[in-house]
Amino acid sequence: MSDPGVLTGEHFITGDEACAEGAIAAGCRFFAGYPITPATEIAERMARRLPQVQGICIQMEDEIASVAAILGASWGGAKSMTATSGPGFSLMMENIGLGMMTETPCVIVNIMRGGPSTGLPTLVGQADVMQARWGSHGDYGVIALSPSSPQEMFNLTIEAFNLSETYRLPVFVLGDELVGHMSERVIIPPVEQIKRVERPRSVCPPETYLPYQAGENLIPPMACAGEGYHVHVTGLTHDEQGYPVITAPAHERLVRRLVDKIRFNAQRIIQVEEIALADAEAVVIAYGCTSRAAREAVTLLRNQGKKIGLLRLITLWPFPEERVRQLAGQARTLIVPEINYGQMAYEVERCAQGQAETVLLPLMGGTIHSPQDIMAAAEEVLS
Amino acid sequence: MKIRYQPIVPFDPEATSRLKDEQHGLHPDDIFLKPGRIPHIWCPGCGLGVVLNTFINGLKMAGIPIDKSIVVSGIGCTGRVAGYLNLDTYHTTHGRAIPFATGLALTRPDLSVSVFSGDGDLFAIGGNHFIHAARRNVNLKVICVNNFNYGMTGGQVGPTTPVMAKTTTTPYGNTEHPFNLPYLAHASGAVYVARWTTFHARQLVTSIAETLTIKGFTFIEVIAPCPVGYGRPNKLGSGLEEMKFYRENSLVENGADPREVGIALKGKIVVGKFREEPRPTFLDEYEEQILKKFRRTEG
Repeated sequence: MSDPGVLTGEHFITGDEACAEGAIAAGCRFFAGYPITPATEIAERMARRLPQVQGICIQMEDEIASVAAILGASWGGAKSMTATSGPGFSLMMENIGLGMMTETPCVIVNIMRGGPSTGLPTLVGQADVMQARWGSHGDYGVIALSPSSPQEMFNLTIEAFNLSETYRLPVFVLGDELVGHMSERVIIPPVEQIKRVERPRSVCPPETYLPYQAGENLIPPMACAGEGYHVHVTGLTHDEQGYPVITAPAHERLVRRLVDKIRFNAQRIIQVEEIALADAEAVVIAYGCTSRAAREAVTLLRNQGKKIGLLRLITLWPFPEERVRQLAGQARTLIVPEINYGQMAYEVERCAQGQAETVLLPLMGGTIHSPQDIMAAAEEVLS
Repeated sequence: MKIRYQPIVPFDPEATSRLKDEQHGLHPDDIFLKPGRIPHIWCPGCGLGVVLNTFINGLKMAGIPIDKSIVVSGIGCTGRVAGYLNLDTYHTTHGRAIPFATGLALTRPDLSVSVFSGDGDLFAIGGNHFIHAARRNVNLKVICVNNFNYGMTGGQVGPTTPVMAKTTTTPYGNTEHPFNLPYLAHASGAVYVARWTTFHARQLVTSIAETLTIKGFTFIEVIAPCPVGYGRPNKLGSGLEEMKFYRENSLVENGADPREVGIALKGKIVVGKFREEPRPTFLDEYEEQILKKFRRTEG
């Protein structure tokens, strides 16, 4: 029997629509959101599609409520998602912290537009990547993925669900307005080829269950609502049994684990795409829509015999520190085009540790770099 | 960079277990309380113990199994109720208990989801969520413990503080007009609206049990003493004296017009079950109008 959640076949759809299809294919059955350009199409697609698979789509009163609702739904056992853009992402930060603290699997999509504030509602930006890393107060590890095409909006939304279930945290899909609104061919594979990961579940009897006792992988098994475990889930610092414990030792154990569960698993999480890096003297490091212009620039320059390569970041967080460090040891220059005043470029420069020069190509938003912008910078450093 | 960590003090499950077993189980209602969580953090004379107890008795009266009963709370003194109950309990962020509970209730309609929080949490920072959940008629049982101030932070003015009441942030008296909570709940669409004080423990148990057995967004306001945060600056006396005040100044008026039940400083308190007006819930409508269309018939 065919699965109405997986529209196997070839489609010509936008990145936003592909994101919604990826979510449903991954098993998402609860969406809560609030309209905002340029992410509204995700909510619209979810409103149309979720009932077809007996899922629930609700438009909440704001983005604060949207995140709160998907956290609640996740504790109800559902895979859940919300989608927004900059101003909504800012509102979400409070409950993103709750999701991190309570280790609640869910997916939060941010289709980035130009900011700050209302900024450029209909035009592209990439200036929320540091907000995704550090936006909610306190320390915690994060996972953020950066799709560069509608096909990747589909693939990486599935991946985001799988990572959120594996590592028990809200995972970010940091799309951008261009990728969200562009239409391209999207291939949805047969249902049996779609990998779906389910959260680790508690199997021990309730009397011996400790809801925040993690094993060596640092991920505690989860007991959802109504399963007889009588779990207390709190945003307060809590001990392994989930009770609030307002002490430095409890905080040290908990927060360090929240960070380490991503740090120690970083090599399993990180994905990059590498193009012509073997002998590259200049390396373009790009992500999202910007990587499309970077790819073109690298192809054109390689055709001219220039030693240039591309490191495309698919995972923004955790940052591929080791690979960037290696490349800094090999190349003379790392070129970072991004649609902001320099965010990932700081990470690149930090990891380069002075071994290679970092060149930032900032754009404040509203448009994308042309391949020629990137080529001009590369030619300057390669000459 | 190199990292030199502080040493970790490991979790001691045995010590925790000892703490949990000590004296737990001596009272028959201990099955409703999380082992090792008592004594609670509330001040002497606080009304929250009464409300916790009446909730337990409401659960018993309604016959809701503890495995199927969920409590979601916000932040503040009342928000701590969740942590004491031996149910699946969720202590969320300030003001966000209702939207969190909305997600939970919609995905698990087989569970009974109650929201426990204070007047500041539910009606200041969370006011927008309250009116929208009531409008949608999400199947949530909201219990608001109204002590007329922010107790946890030491007695600041809140959205229910009566005119000219003194708090630490209204040292010369409050000049803002407070919400009349039953009126707000009724106008927003709550299917059940009641108010009791902590003096009316038996009526409160009945009301809680009633809300647990009907579907839809229900609202109970519980007027509770806060002798430390609110009673002292307003010269209301101890918790016991506040209970005496409730006895002498409460007027039981079931079916009272919610517009007429506003509360003034040291004024009469109208209590009772004001409204019960069932209508289809969010999920009833979503199921009937939308999900049914896409349900595959068996065989």
